[in-house]
Amino acid sequence: MAAISSSQVTLNTVKPTVGAGEPLITSEQVNLYYGTSHALKGISVTLGERHVTAFIGPSGCGKSTFLRCFNRMNDLIDSVRITGSIKIGGQDIYSKDVDVIELRKRIGMVFQKSNPFPKSIYENIAYGLKLHGMKAKSDLDSTVEQSLRGAALWEEVKDRLHTSAMGLSGGQQQRLCIARAIAIKPEILLMDEPASALDPIATAKIEELILELKKDFTIVIVTHNMQQAARISDYTAFFYLGELVEFDTTAKIFTNPSKRQTEDYVTGRFG
Amino acid sequence: MTNAPHTAKRTVGWMGIHRGHKARPAEWLAEKLIFLVSLTAILMVFLIFVFVAREALPLVFGQMNSAAARPVIPAKEMGKLKPDELRDYLALTPEEFKRLDKEALTALMEVREEEGKEAPKDKDATVNTTEWKYLFAPHEWSDSRPEDRYVWQPIGRIHKYNLWPLIIGSLKTTIVALLFSVPLALAAAIYVSQLCRPSLKEWLKPAIELLSGVPSVVLGFFGLMVMATFLQGVLGYQSRLNAFVAGIALGLAVIPVVFSIAEDALTSVPRSYTQAALALGASKWQAAWQIVLPAAAPGVFAAVVLGFGRAIGETMVVLMASGNASIMSFSLFDSTRSITATIAAELAEAVFGGHHYRMLFLIGAMLFIVTFLTNLAGDLIMHRLKGRLEGKAK
Repeated sequence: MAAISSSQVTLNTVKPTVGAGEPLITSEQVNLYYGTSHALKGISVTLGERHVTAFIGPSGCGKSTFLRCFNRMNDLIDSVRITGSIKIGGQDIYSKDVDVIELRKRIGMVFQKSNPFPKSIYENIAYGLKLHGMKAKSDLDSTVEQSLRGAALWEEVKDRLHTSAMGLSGGQQQRLCIARAIAIKPEILLMDEPASALDPIATAKIEELILELKKDFTIVIVTHNMQQAARISDYTAFFYLGELVEFDTTAKIFTNPSKRQTEDYVTGRFG
Repeated sequence: MTNAPHTAKRTVGWMGIHRGHKARPAEWLAEKLIFLVSLTAILMVFLIFVFVAREALPLVFGQMNSAAARPVIPAKEMGKLKPDELRDYLALTPEEFKRLDKEALTALMEVREEEGKEAPKDKDATVNTTEWKYLFAPHEWSDSRPEDRYVWQPIGRIHKYNLWPLIIGSLKTTIVALLFSVPLALAAAIYVSQLCRPSLKEWLKPAIELLSGVPSVVLGFFGLMVMATFLQGVLGYQSRLNAFVAGIALGLAVIPVVFSIAEDALTSVPRSYTQAALALGASKWQAAWQIVLPAAAPGVFAAVVLGFGRAIGETMVVLMASGNASIMSFSLFDSTRSITATIAAELAEAVFGGHHYRMLFLIGAMLFIVTFLTNLAGDLIMHRLKGRLEGKAK
């Protein structure tokens, strides 16, 4: 029995870009412990290049934790211990000779709560670029404009680039954070519930943007909103209690999941 | 059967929602009490200032005369003076004047005549040294060395009250203290709040703040006995106790003040800023220095202003470690004396109500005003910084 008929959920109709789908991120038997609690249990998954992959699941199921493994943001928490391996482009990112800072420069991240720096709009984007060693004013100017255009924010802020980013609306702030993340031209963009604090119109803009961005970036997005996962992702992973229950194309997960738990979740019977 | 009782009951039930009702007497009372307490605090500060300033007022209005030799009118000529002139001449208040009879007044005039005969004869004996020009302008005194044109010397035949040696002394020790303590305290605050492991932070923060529990007399003693000798050995200057030693010892008292407030300000910067910076590929140090520190700028600035207040107001450390000589010198390695130390050391010996006594209150009031203005300016700047961070100001 199909979990949801296609009339209820609009599925992502954007065709995968040519050349997309080559395996980029491979995780094997990833276990993660917060102190003694076992938060991720043996997760193995392969995510394709220039795909949008959505992580769904109820709160506390480990989807955000797993996302943060990819740019090693979990390192910041003292008690975290990770086993297994995560390879990006064939390189084990947890091996000793990996420079975390270099890794993070190649993986952009957008957080749940918009977190622009208390600086001007221009400085917010230029900061990441300066970290990457861009110095010339003309380069900075053009990249800032390009990133703001990429995040569909340029028209709204072009006249006040040098005013504080804290004066923007919530949706604009989140798009600024996306602009900041894509300005440094990462290969992978991690998004941790980027639209959960936004109103429907701002959410629609962000979703449109994600569909636009997948031409250039590999995107992994954590979301609570199943319609959102259905609308924008090519692949969907369903997490439950620290385990990866099912990983498949979005169409399959939402119309014909192979596990009972997945079906229950996407039809709204629990979670 | 009617609806009336029902309606009436409803109305009663909703009476409490009216604004301004003292429906919660305990809360109302508590609120007023707290208001009263805060009002008292403001009142206390105000009253202290009024008291200090009142003692200094006669000086401000030029009613004091510290001249060693004052003009003498022979007692025989008392009849020629009008009552007001006589009262002025004998420097009496109207009440005192009323209480004295003619005999007593004559006796006072005779005393003045005697004094006049014994008074020194040199050119500065008739100078009223409490006039503003002697407080701030240089003057070559007949009884001191020519180079001592700026001198605070409230004892001896001529009372010299030039304020510059004290002002310079206070500024020298304060500046040394801030230059020494602010970088150290800020570095420690950045390290403890941003860079170190949480387990280490639990030890470091209380340890540094414990320094503020050291009594300043102990710090002064330490400065006087240990640091003075050590620093003289290292730097090899002439006078063992000087502005530099006092400044460093004072710095030890300032560090915990600046550290504590700056650390709180840095810690209260949302973690999400740091995370955003790290996710962009910043190192921990870059995130702390380029993102967190600017975001905490208002709080850090407030910490420095408070540190300044502590440094310029601190008495014991400076009194003990500065050498306590009111020398007019810009050198850090000369003995020096601050405003606060002067008040502490001299107030007990000054004649109650005399010019020396009032002079000490005057410099106390000046210190009060300087601290007040510094805090006010600090507050204004802090608001500007905060407004800029929040995107309000241009």
